Amino acid sequence: MVGNVALAGVPVDPQPAGRPWQSRVPILLGVPAVLALLFLVLPLVGLLIKAPWGDAGAVLTSPGALQALRLSIITATVSMIIAAILGVPLAWLLARPGLRAASLLRALITIPLVLPPVVGGVALFTVLGRSGLLGRPLYQLTGFAFPFTPYAVILAQVFVALPFLVLSVEGALRAADRRFEEAAATLGARPVTVFRRITLPLIRPGIAAGAVLAWARALGEFGATITFAGNFPGTTRTMPLEVYLALETDPGSALLLSVLLLGVSVAVLVLLRDRWVNQW
Amino acid sequence: MRTAHKHVLVALTAALVILLSACGTSTRPAAAPSGAGGSSGGAITVLAAASLTGAFTQIGKDFEAVNPGHRVTFSFGSSATLATQVVQGAPADIFAAASPATMKIVSDAGAADAPTNFASNTLQIAVPKNNPHKITGLHDFADKSARIAICAPQVPCGAATIKVFALAKITPQPDTLEQDVKATLQKVAADEVDAALVYQTDVIAAEDRVDGIGFPEAKQAVNTYPIAVLKDSKSSAAATAFVDYVLSPEAQAVLAKAGFAKP
Repeated sequence: MVGNVALAGVPVDPQPAGRPWQSRVPILLGVPAVLALLFLVLPLVGLLIKAPWGDAGAVLTSPGALQALRLSIITATVSMIIAAILGVPLAWLLARPGLRAASLLRALITIPLVLPPVVGGVALFTVLGRSGLLGRPLYQLTGFAFPFTPYAVILAQVFVALPFLVLSVEGALRAADRRFEEAAATLGARPVTVFRRITLPLIRPGIAAGAVLAWARALGEFGATITFAGNFPGTTRTMPLEVYLALETDPGSALLLSVLLLGVSVAVLVLLRDRWVNQW
Repeated sequence: MRTAHKHVLVALTAALVILLSACGTSTRPAAAPSGAGGSSGGAITVLAAASLTGAFTQIGKDFEAVNPGHRVTFSFGSSATLATQVVQGAPADIFAAASPATMKIVSDAGAADAPTNFASNTLQIAVPKNNPHKITGLHDFADKSARIAICAPQVPCGAATIKVFALAKITPQPDTLEQDVKATLQKVAADEVDAALVYQTDVIAAEDRVDGIGFPEAKQAVNTYPIAVLKDSKSSAAATAFVDYVLSPEAQAVLAKAGFAKP
């Protein structure tokens, strides 16, 4: 589902009726495509087959699971919104023609994609932890520190999810027809107006796709969260952490919880996709 | 149909092992090259509790020195995670757990020979170097304003933690329940928490970054470490030799230096 959405970064005209050219799929493309699909889907099938469905009622409605699911959905949604607010302007900056440092910037933005999330968590400590570069003065002034709070969960999620949004929106911006913006500017529209009235509507599918990717990545975030935010029920124990802890004592319930997380995320993604990507 | 299940399971387990080794505190990859065990004979893979990291690394080197041709590869992690890996068929020869309960997961699945206890460990309060937050004892763990890290009840150090607080009649107010003892220690060493409850051996291993504070209840919650050769071991002779070596006076001295007591 997610991989599919990524392609929506490029605005595509609705397919004309009548299917103008629908040729046969060549084997050279068909076989790897089916293999790729199987590779992605079979592990899910495995989860579904192996999950102890007899215990489903008790495990899925346990207070711990619901609490973790609620925290996961709230934090992932807030993270997605923050990523969109910060990420769209950054993508706009990156896609500006003639930006010299663009490739360097893009490399910097992909760092969280390459970094093992646990390392990302440690890196967040060094900046925003109680003894971190910015965290120490904050703690000394206010007595507040990010680690072990839901804010830390959100910071960790934004850190790993932001690149997905930025790269996806940047792709949409590059594919968008610049002449509309130029025309608006020639007609006297101020840059902010051009961005709001012309650019934003043009790249909406790209923003939607990026936001969905960012949400999905935030929902599944594990390594940076368990390192930077800790693991406490109700405040920082998100669904992936709950699953990991369940693996310690009861692998069966860990499978069920994974299925629950997957089910919820697939449902939300399908719903959002229908609402956003198609309408916009 | 059965084999189809098996393939799916293999893929899942592989993904799981990668995930766990990426997230855990293991210092070496979990999927060790023990596939060649049959030909080289002396290559063994040891899954060991995170708290054994320092001592076992040393013991492994010593073992290789006195047994030329033998090669020991370690995968350190939370005992419960390692137990799950063993039950799922992780390619390993020896399991050294931080508690009898986690060893029992493996024994109950019929995946290990009878275990032998080889060491024991007690809990200690760890505070950042020079105790900047003025922690004096277990009672500080009940202070809501203090930042506290303890192990999750599901893992061995967490089980011992619960026992200690029950004995002291204290209700702790933790800010985080960590997945294994090294993760708990890391939170203190980074000065992100005021105090944590870890093993005495962890305090010794990180003595340049943390200080330890003992407390009387610790002696009543001693954690015993069992070790066993796994049933699936492809080089059980070498594995048995390593277990014998762990019980030898030389290895016991290394363990004692790291802060472990006799079982």
